[in-house]
Amino acid sequence: MTTATIEEGATGTARREPDDALAADVVRVLAPDGTLVDNDAGVGDDEAVALYRAMVRTRLIDERAVMLQRQGRIGFHIGSLGEEATVIGTVHAMRESDWMFPCYREFGGALYRGMPLQRYFDNLYGNANDPAKGRQMPDHWTYRQAKVGSVSSPIGTQITQGVGFAWAARMRKDPLVAMVYFGDGATSSNEFHNGLNFAGVFKTPNVFVCRNNGWAISVPTERQTASATFAVKGIAYGIPGVRCDGNDIFAVVKTAREAVLRASRGEGPTLIEALTYRMSGHSTSDDASRYRPEEQMSAWTTLDPIHRLRRYLEARVGWTEGQQAAFEAEVAGELKLVIETAEKVTLPALETMFDDVYATLPWHLQEQRAELLAGPRAKGH
Amino acid sequence: MTQMNMVQAINDALRFEMQRDDRIVVLGEDVGKVGGVFRVTAGLYDEFGDDRVIDTPLSEGGIIGAAIGMALYGLKPVPEIQFSDFIFPAYDQIVSELAKFRYRSGGEFPCPMVIRTPVGGGIRGGHYHSQSPEAQFIHVAGLKVVCPATPADAKGLLLSALRDPDPVMFFEPKRIYRAAKGEVPEGDYTVPIGKANVARQGEHVTLVTWGAMLYESLDAANKVQAEGVNVEIIDLRTLWPLDIDTVVASVKKTGRVVVVHEAPKTCGLGGEIVALINEKAFLYLEAPPKRVCGFDTPFPYTLENEYLPLSHRIVPALLETARY
Ligand SMILES: Cc1ncc(C[n+]2csc(CCOP(=O)(O)OP(=O)(O)O)c2C)c(N)n1
Ligand SMILES: [Mg+2]
Repeated sequence: MTTATIEEGATGTARREPDDALAADVVRVLAPDGTLVDNDAGVGDDEAVALYRAMVRTRLIDERAVMLQRQGRIGFHIGSLGEEATVIGTVHAMRESDWMFPCYREFGGALYRGMPLQRYFDNLYGNANDPAKGRQMPDHWTYRQAKVGSVSSPIGTQITQGVGFAWAARMRKDPLVAMVYFGDGATSSNEFHNGLNFAGVFKTPNVFVCRNNGWAISVPTERQTASATFAVKGIAYGIPGVRCDGNDIFAVVKTAREAVLRASRGEGPTLIEALTYRMSGHSTSDDASRYRPEEQMSAWTTLDPIHRLRRYLEARVGWTEGQQAAFEAEVAGELKLVIETAEKVTLPALETMFDDVYATLPWHLQEQRAELLAGPRAKGH
Repeated sequence: MTQMNMVQAINDALRFEMQRDDRIVVLGEDVGKVGGVFRVTAGLYDEFGDDRVIDTPLSEGGIIGAAIGMALYGLKPVPEIQFSDFIFPAYDQIVSELAKFRYRSGGEFPCPMVIRTPVGGGIRGGHYHSQSPEAQFIHVAGLKVVCPATPADAKGLLLSALRDPDPVMFFEPKRIYRAAKGEVPEGDYTVPIGKANVARQGEHVTLVTWGAMLYESLDAANKVQAEGVNVEIIDLRTLWPLDIDTVVASVKKTGRVVVVHEAPKTCGLGGEIVALINEKAFLYLEAPPKRVCGFDTPFPYTLENEYLPLSHRIVPALLETARY
């Protein structure tokens, strides 16, 4: 096992360097070369293949969404390139009853929990079949049936909400755990501190997943905190903080399972810092070449979570080039279908703009709706 | 004079004043090395260094709270809030502290600063990258609120704001960041806070607007001109304290008024403008004042152009008011 010592101390920073993910306190099961650190994946072979397929599918969807944005067919995309093990591994560790309070990069997790791919693309297209009726930007999906919260843009708001949700469930003796997702940047938000403080005081059944991907748009982690790690922040709130290699799917599953178990036993919340890397711009609106050191990106490429798991599967179950190609073709076929369908669906009807502001339509919205319907249409409508 | 867009004009004003006044400090998310997500602060980090152009942690409350402290000390902070939709974590600092410091300390602690933030729709940004919350700041005593519509006004108003003794909310209409181009005077150039601009002369209807909706209003005015309706357009530029004299003088001339703004209609600035006109020029009115605004819903993604008060919605309002 490759280890490096963490340099902690007064001047320690949570700077994302590739070898940081190799530090001694970081939970790791699968080494970057695809071999097991302790001979135990903690995950069966079929399970590992299922996780692998989910990660590859997530990446293929991501790549296609970027392409659709470049072609002007959708307006925007924000994805999880490089962070697939963190997203899929944590969701895999959840039980059927558990809930997910996402940030905006976890579409792969929502799909894994059962959100139909078609619904996701309906949101990307903002069409009439989008559960939120095209009201929100792409990647701001909602799908309650899969026990996932609705995505919002303001950073950090879901953290306290996830705490309240889990707390309410416990009041009602409903044995669920709420897993709350956010980035490294979000640890500077008001709601991170409120959320962890409330969770600590009331010992709520939560798992906090900090996807430390090195960047908050152009701002590196050392501008978010002077702490040596993000995990250490849990301690001040009376919550254990653990770091795991976020590009190691088995380490993520193991860490998240322990945290879910702990919360479900009534022992309180856990803060997980998953060390990963944003292998793309912040979103399709961002050009990371303006600020990201090229060496950092290439170093992280060698730690790619999908390549790592693939090497393991090749050795372990003889995953072949042919199986890979067949699976990629399967996803491509699935994508073709949902994209064709999404592009055929109409825009949301005009009057839907006024629905759901309140449970029932007050007089002023009735008036405004009538005014819109009677008035002239905007260009392109 | 140089041809510039809004982004360049604001950048030029910041650079000019930072060279002149070493108390000015720019701070916010992504404003430093990368020069802002809209590139408004591009090049300032290289020129002035990271003591004066500061990438901060992701916390609007932190940014504004710290800026208040800097202002109390005697610096001139210019915090940027990446989108005005994300200003609300700092609302407490702005409303409870910034706006009241001068008053509650009997003038001992003035708190001059300029909060720059992009505003408005038009970039397919959905709920959280499109809103126009100006009225939520106008309602707070102690804040000045500015929203330029042209590059020259952006520069001139920003330089005035940077020299103003009071806190100024400087809303930048992002829809026209690059689309609005025009001649901008070089060097020192100010446009006074509190003075509107008559962007188009006319005698039949007064149209009051600001920001990106100026261009939609001009387009609508040209369309109704063909039908014999001659519209006078007032670009407020300063939303508060607004130039009441210019508005009232125009309404006394035309007897008819339409207010156009992106923000939701209810409790928007348009409501206040209409109330002021009723108080000060009621007997001159020939038609009920009209508002063409965003609807009272969250800002929608796909139906953005149906939501906004674009030219196609302004034209019928002008005709109806003119023919009332
Ligand atoms: C309150 C608030 N401020 C600013 C933004 C703009 N913004 C969107 S994402 C982002 C960076 C978030 O970084 P991080 O929390 O590390 O998450 P990541 O995108 O890296 O997954 C910023 C500043 C926002 N969405 N909300
Ligand atoms: Mg991040």
